[in-house]
Amino acid sequence: MSFRTGALLGLAFFLAGCGGGGSSSSGKHRVGLVFDLGGRGDKSFNDSAYEGVARAAKELGIEFDYIEPGDGADREAALRQLASSKDELIFGVGFLFTDDIALVAKDFPNKKFGCIDFAVNPNSKMPDNLVALKFREHEGSFLVGAIAGLVSKTNAVGFVGGMDIPLIHKFEAGFAAGAKAVNPKVKVLTGYAGVTGEAFKNPAKGKAISYSQIGQGADVIFHASGTTGLGVFEAAREKKIFAIGVDADQFSEAPGFILTSMLKRGDVAVYKTIEALLTGRFKSGVQEFGLAEGGVGYVYDANNKSLIPEAVVKRVEELKAKIVKGEIKVPAS
Amino acid sequence: MGAVIDLLNQAVRIAVPYILAAVGGTICELGGVVNIGLEGMILTGAFCAVLGSFYTGSAWAGVLAALMGGGLAAWLHGIVSIRYRGNQIISGLAVNILAGGITKFFLKAIFHSSANSSRVEGIGSWSLGFVSKIPILGEILSHPLLLLTLALVVLAQLLVYKTPFGLRLRAVGEHPECADTLGIRVHRMRYAAVILSGMFAALGGAWLSMDQHQFTDNMSGGRGYIALAALIFGKWTPAGAAAAALLFGLAEALQIHLQTMGLRVPNQFIQMIPYVATIVILAGAIGRTKPPAADGKPYPEGD
Repeated sequence: MSFRTGALLGLAFFLAGCGGGGSSSSGKHRVGLVFDLGGRGDKSFNDSAYEGVARAAKELGIEFDYIEPGDGADREAALRQLASSKDELIFGVGFLFTDDIALVAKDFPNKKFGCIDFAVNPNSKMPDNLVALKFREHEGSFLVGAIAGLVSKTNAVGFVGGMDIPLIHKFEAGFAAGAKAVNPKVKVLTGYAGVTGEAFKNPAKGKAISYSQIGQGADVIFHASGTTGLGVFEAAREKKIFAIGVDADQFSEAPGFILTSMLKRGDVAVYKTIEALLTGRFKSGVQEFGLAEGGVGYVYDANNKSLIPEAVVKRVEELKAKIVKGEIKVPAS
Repeated sequence: MGAVIDLLNQAVRIAVPYILAAVGGTICELGGVVNIGLEGMILTGAFCAVLGSFYTGSAWAGVLAALMGGGLAAWLHGIVSIRYRGNQIISGLAVNILAGGITKFFLKAIFHSSANSSRVEGIGSWSLGFVSKIPILGEILSHPLLLLTLALVVLAQLLVYKTPFGLRLRAVGEHPECADTLGIRVHRMRYAAVILSGMFAALGGAWLSMDQHQFTDNMSGGRGYIALAALIFGKWTPAGAAAAALLFGLAEALQIHLQTMGLRVPNQFIQMIPYVATIVILAGAIGRTKPPAADGKPYPEGD
């Protein structure tokens, strides 16, 4: 009996475990990638990071491999595995890698490391073979906030965050500032789905928070909450309001109800880091990607052209130019 | 006033998976089998509902598929814990881990995404005119799955306390030796209880995915564990478990509304409400609770 339970557990761990892939060896430069929870196919920043290496493979002629740790699997072991291989540069995708990648980078001083959304701790020195790839999410969020503030007919907009952490507060702060910059009367309602990683995977909660915000008058809701946001989209469909996507263009999740999406270009950060490595310009420390670097932005294309009036886009483009020039400082918290 | 009604309606909707899983878990434990696999059975139900709806185009076929999937997952738990008399906690945990892995595996295989499935036919509210405007009752009457949930709670309570099946169920949970000597097939009763609990939990999962029109990775989000707390708080009666689950739903709805109201309290405090409620309730407010005497104890039938 205990054998059978053991076998069951074993099978479970196997299925929950890891997948991976890659390409064979040759004289080319090699890059490794360890994905966050969700892994490839998350339609969000894991896929975005993958696009970055895939583009580098095509245009810069590198080779790459990757590991997808399953839920609760050992990120550190995955990083070590790639660091021990021929890979010269190893990426960790997501803030969850912060502690592990700093540790592994110290143990492999001859390799380079990059970590998307690395949570910089001002009290501890970062290893000098590690680059923290940070985004100025607040700048992109400011622009979609401005769109929301201009499009809202009720003068109330909502923000749904996943886990209640400083990283997500940047989205909230930028969004609120953007909405208020163009519409001083606007009310910004906010809600977070939780205080653990699960908060990024709870669509029912996202829907409940949206219902509550719509009940208080919100007619445009921006989310930064992983698949929790799919609940926001569902609420938008049911209550006929607009939602704003995040990280990638989420239009296809609820066509007609996604006003725009705040883009966070993990692919740009990954590609530029690889390019820097190949040209010998790799720099450790913190690299920030904002509007000026094309690291964040918003979607305005054939899909959502009919949803956003031209005057609104014009106004938002003006704001964008001012942020890039430094005339507007967007708050990050 | 409008906000209060919103809050109560919201509480009911949030509570559905808690209620169904807690009532199912109660039946299971009354029969003498601990079921911490509820979480995995909710997840399995959510996924099977989407599969059923995806392949047939009918949300109700999805619900049927959820019942089968949940029953199957529960049967697995039954084989380990009843037939092979394995540790019920470990077996339940294995079901949870297995469900997480298998659903993700098939999500990728079928829908080519590690995040979410395609959008499928779901189950929404029907409009009943003015009836839908009545607080709480209107909300329940306007949604077939809410109505079904209410009916199932009543049925489960009747099943346990007013039918021969219920009497035998409680007998094998309290004193299986005694029941055995009276000619009750202990294992068969326990299998029935476990599979029934899996179906209840799976229906809770179907609610999650049918309301969302899609499956998302790990969308059960720990609801099975809240349901476990609810069934203890409910003192191992179906109606009690449902009431406790409603209370947890209310705490969570309150937490959401306080955030929307922009209360300047650190968010962590608001987020704590459902958990503090759980601890306070479990620790003191309900007095002594007594699980069925043979709860969690395997019974060697025929030895």
